[in-house]
Amino acid sequence: MQRSMAASVGMHQSLMKKASMAGFLAMLVLFAALLSIPARAQSYDAAIDRFLSDSFPDTEAGISALQAAGDARGVAVLDALLDRRLFVVAASRTVLVRDRAGQTNDARTGQTVAEAPAGAVMVRLNNRLRGLAQAALGAMTLLSPDPERRRLAAEAVFRSRDASALPAIDKTLETESVPRVRAALREARAAILLADAQAPMAERIAAAAFIGEIGDQDGIGLLRQTLTNAQGQLREAVEAAIKRAEFTQQLRRAGQTFWFGLSLGSVLLLAAIGLAITFGVMGVINMAHGEMVMIGAYVTFVVQDLIRANAPHLFDWSLPIALPLAFVITGLIGIVIERGIIRFLYGRPLETLLATFGVSLVLQQAVRTAFGPTNREVGAPSYMSGSFDFIGMQITYGRLWILVFTFAVFFLLLAVLKATALGLHMRAVTQNRRMAASMGIRTGFVDAMTFGLGSGIAGLAGVALSQIDNVSPNLGQSYIIDSFMVVVFGGVGNLWGTLVAAFTLGIANKVLEPFVGAVLGKILILVLLILFIQKRPRGLFALKGRAVEQ
Amino acid sequence: MILARLLEMADYRGRIFLALLAALAVLVPIANLLVPPDSFLHIGTGTVVLLGKYLTYAILALALDLVWGYCGILSLGHGAFFALGGYAMGMYLMRQIGPRGVYGHPILPDFMVFLNFTELPVTWWGFDNFLYAMLMVVLAPGLLAFVFGWLAFRSRVTGVYLSIITQALTFALLLAFFRNDMGFGGNNGLTDFKDILGFNVQAQSTRVVLFLATLLTLAAAYIFARFMVTSSFGKVLIAIRDAESRVRFLGYRVEHYKLAVFVVSAVLAGIAGALYVPQVGIINPSEFSPTNSIEAVVWVAIGGRGTLVGAALGAFVVNVLKSFFTTGSLAAYWLFVLGGLFVLVTIALPKGILGALEKLAAKRGTRS
Repeated sequence: MQRSMAASVGMHQSLMKKASMAGFLAMLVLFAALLSIPARAQSYDAAIDRFLSDSFPDTEAGISALQAAGDARGVAVLDALLDRRLFVVAASRTVLVRDRAGQTNDARTGQTVAEAPAGAVMVRLNNRLRGLAQAALGAMTLLSPDPERRRLAAEAVFRSRDASALPAIDKTLETESVPRVRAALREARAAILLADAQAPMAERIAAAAFIGEIGDQDGIGLLRQTLTNAQGQLREAVEAAIKRAEFTQQLRRAGQTFWFGLSLGSVLLLAAIGLAITFGVMGVINMAHGEMVMIGAYVTFVVQDLIRANAPHLFDWSLPIALPLAFVITGLIGIVIERGIIRFLYGRPLETLLATFGVSLVLQQAVRTAFGPTNREVGAPSYMSGSFDFIGMQITYGRLWILVFTFAVFFLLLAVLKATALGLHMRAVTQNRRMAASMGIRTGFVDAMTFGLGSGIAGLAGVALSQIDNVSPNLGQSYIIDSFMVVVFGGVGNLWGTLVAAFTLGIANKVLEPFVGAVLGKILILVLLILFIQKRPRGLFALKGRAVEQ
Repeated sequence: MILARLLEMADYRGRIFLALLAALAVLVPIANLLVPPDSFLHIGTGTVVLLGKYLTYAILALALDLVWGYCGILSLGHGAFFALGGYAMGMYLMRQIGPRGVYGHPILPDFMVFLNFTELPVTWWGFDNFLYAMLMVVLAPGLLAFVFGWLAFRSRVTGVYLSIITQALTFALLLAFFRNDMGFGGNNGLTDFKDILGFNVQAQSTRVVLFLATLLTLAAAYIFARFMVTSSFGKVLIAIRDAESRVRFLGYRVEHYKLAVFVVSAVLAGIAGALYVPQVGIINPSEFSPTNSIEAVVWVAIGGRGTLVGAALGAFVVNVLKSFFTTGSLAAYWLFVLGGLFVLVTIALPKGILGALEKLAAKRGTRS
């Protein structure tokens, strides 16, 4: 807690520094423009005087006077007023501002007062004054050197649509260089013009069109409000703008759904790739596959735990360190399972299914005994947390990296299968075990390696999934049925089929979700899959062959 | 002639099995009702209920052995049929509560009042009638098995593919029954039963009668299943298990045989579920969980698949073990034991306990 506060203070300072360096000239110009009003300093003092009496009408006048004065010091005063940190001392006719750190300053001189004197009274507020102060603050923080605050201020103006903020907006727009803030300012300007019945018709129509073009939810709300008392040309313009904005919204929503689907698809693919090897290539039903994913996630947990204890500065490296470890550990477990159990059961798929299910129970219980039954906390490195805005859609870094990682694993695996000696041997053993053995391939060794590879990839998946799922002994169970569905849907023995199947299922799931709800959507997908398997029992991309099934 | 057929089909295992059941039917009620509670030979009512529960599991195992042991269909979703039968019985028992619920509504069960239902959903109509409820115990699993099996067997979904989609089936039902708006009690399921056919379900005598009913059902199910697998129909089933393509090439409609045995097995599982619910006093969606179904498969594997008697034996042995391990300090090790059993049986005891016992007996026979 403390650390994060210190960090945020540090960040704030550096931000301020950067902003003051980059925007210094711009601010200078801005201030020069404001300073052209000669009576500015006096009007600020006069506004401050209004607060002395602490009566609602006087305070109201003070707020508007502060805004009209346009002095940057007024921001702190209004902020303090809203936050119950503004005091008046009637005796000495001073107005005191206590800042967020607890230091008390004189509002006029800016001098620090050691101790709030006796007789200091907090300036009272009511809801109406609060609204006015917020609107004024919005208009005034447009002058802030911090671009993020300017943007927030523009949004506040957009919401209040206070026409008195228009000059300030126009002034800021002249010099504003940050695109994000510019967009927010222009939107706020359009909102004011649209809401202002006195504004020229042409400008209001242009404003409506502009808001329609942006097409966000708030804009639609504003347009709808305007529609209730708009006539003639304006009405037509507003109607067109609403249509346009709603279309944009639909597109954006479709885009967002598509992204969620891609993300879910990548998770499904990640969980299923390992299975595509063990089940798809070897024909082994490995019910313990989900537990390999779970163990991969626990490897991440242990790595992070060790890093936290011994070398906290390496925390961002925890995932890259965990990846090879998870691959090796789960791969070795896989090899042990293959040599110890599955080897004796080739050609008996149903028995393999039961035996590996037994293994999955044992592994689950082992992890539960070692780490406890509750969820374990796995942290996100800095590059995995946060999100960014992509043409109006929120995209989280974690999900994005998982998508990238999934593709990396997929193509790496494809390369291993197609371009290495081991891959060649694997395919040979799959196609004709006896012929491969006759050619001198050690089929037992290849089996063990293949199973180890599939399990190791499940471990890799576990590292990635630890970032978005609860790390508990039951982690694997939730993926096993989905993974089998993906592999069966895609067609056994075909990695590309697995890829297509995972993304199809992911997107289909997310498209259905808004209509029927998450659970029903999942059921619907399962039912559709069962029906699909009726039609194409060998999956989307079945391997062609003449063999009669065994 | 019927007598001759009965004698022919009841092999020595079956005779021992039926004799054991008969002994239980006589001894357990006597030990529970007539022997004084402080006697060494007394069996508590709790134990009777536990035995009754094991017997319902034995019926489920028998049903599973019919499809897996004799026809090679490994269903990982038989728990779904068991649970459907259980829900049908549970709905009857809920309707019997009448106005005695916590909210005192004359018709609606408590959970519906709680969830703001204003009237009884169509799915619940008629469940106050015992005969209708029993019809549903048979029809609900039977119909589901028929539709599912018809689709699956017609398009020749076999082997592990079938196993996985049966697992998906029960998983889908699990998700569905968890939903409150399905009107089946959601997460909490159906519980707080009061009467069955006018008798208090908690009463000692009712419990003994339920135990006897389960025993009788198990015996009848065994005789029926045994009759089925020794008939010419059963011969075809075994042939399908061993070489499906050949049977098809010989002109048999394989899918009809499979569908028939699958539906019969599902109905049997549903009946087992219906007997299970009044004894344990609750039915909730967790009965649909895929783990339950796969556990039932391991009972059959451990007892010895394709023997019927072995399946029942396996259900009994594994559940006695489970009760022993899950009570007290050994609870943490139960999954190790169960998992170990899965591995051990598939690798070391492919014919299960029964197979191993008979092998041992045969060895001793040749030696003497």
